[in-house]
Amino acid sequence: MNTSLPFNAALLAVALPLATGAALAAGPEPVFNQVQADKSRVDFVFKQMNVPIEGHFGKVRTNLVFDAAAPAKSSVRLELDLSSIDAGSSEANSEVLGKPWFNVKDNPTATFVSTAVKPLGGNRFEVVGNLSLKGKTQPLTAPVTVTRQGDTATFDGGFTLKRLEFAIGDGIWADTSVVANDVDVRFHAVARSAGTK
Amino acid sequence: MPSRPHYTVPARTAHWLMAALMLAAFPLGVYMHELPLSPLKLQLISYHKWLGVAVLLLILPRLVVRLAHTPPVPLPAPTWQQKTARATHLLLYALMIAVPVTGWLMSSAKGFPVVFLGVLPLPDLVGKNKELGELFRAAHEFLNYTLLGLVGLHVAAALKHHFIDRDRTLSRMLPVLERVR
Repeated sequence: MNTSLPFNAALLAVALPLATGAALAAGPEPVFNQVQADKSRVDFVFKQMNVPIEGHFGKVRTNLVFDAAAPAKSSVRLELDLSSIDAGSSEANSEVLGKPWFNVKDNPTATFVSTAVKPLGGNRFEVVGNLSLKGKTQPLTAPVTVTRQGDTATFDGGFTLKRLEFAIGDGIWADTSVVANDVDVRFHAVARSAGTK
Repeated sequence: MPSRPHYTVPARTAHWLMAALMLAAFPLGVYMHELPLSPLKLQLISYHKWLGVAVLLLILPRLVVRLAHTPPVPLPAPTWQQKTARATHLLLYALMIAVPVTGWLMSSAKGFPVVFLGVLPLPDLVGKNKELGELFRAAHEFLNYTLLGLVGLHVAAALKHHFIDRDRTLSRMLPVLERVR
């Protein structure tokens, strides 16, 4: 080894800014927690007489923290204003607010609070948590796909809700040959990373 | 060459099957939409739609039968009656298509896909649109009452031929009447 000191210094002078530059370009892994409220959606599809009917909730409050460097530290809390439901028709919308369905008078909101986030590889994660709906709380697991673009992350996931586990549509409506027990729920949320405009 | 005494078996089968489907679908439609929302209402709406789709499925072979087999030559009657009968039959055929199609359009526009017998999903004819749904509902209702009027005329004429003129107009479509006579 007879490389001269000036040469090493020159190498360092060139390499250091390059390495730093590369590190700055990649940036530290961001934490996404600025939820874009107007872009969050909860949609669902239920079947009556085997006919798929689409609906959604208009008011969804989402709090989430997605730590790209440590996804397991991420968390999410969803709060649905149940009276903001669109169940496909005005007739259905007034019906589902009543006692056999959501009973919004006594239970105006549904909440999901995560207890764990498990990476499934790539941009897929599994969110584990508890869903509280109509006075009942049940554990729930949902796969979520995270799509990152710049300072924005989009979260898409879904699960199948067994409506009768929460007594949604009991009494005469408990007949699953008319309204199926399985309701496909899909959620969509958009969050920006902290410190960006 | 004498005319055949009766309508052919396929023609008679299609005629009475269609009559049965319409006789079931019409009162069901009138009754169900008055009901408050309930599982029964949802079941009846589905049955009504299935009957309508069955009419649509039957109309094509029925038209084939009608065009493939010349019906018996009309029995002697005044020209205006022959013309009225011909116009009524044409309109009945048109409504057998237009009534279920407006029902299907209404269902699509209101955001309820039609799933025949609960197993065969039919494509949506239009996207969900409240105003359009209301328009098709009005059209469906209007065409149904037109159909009701024409069916009433059709039945009244058949009974008039059978009981007043005492000719074979009705028994050509319902040969059992000749045996009981």
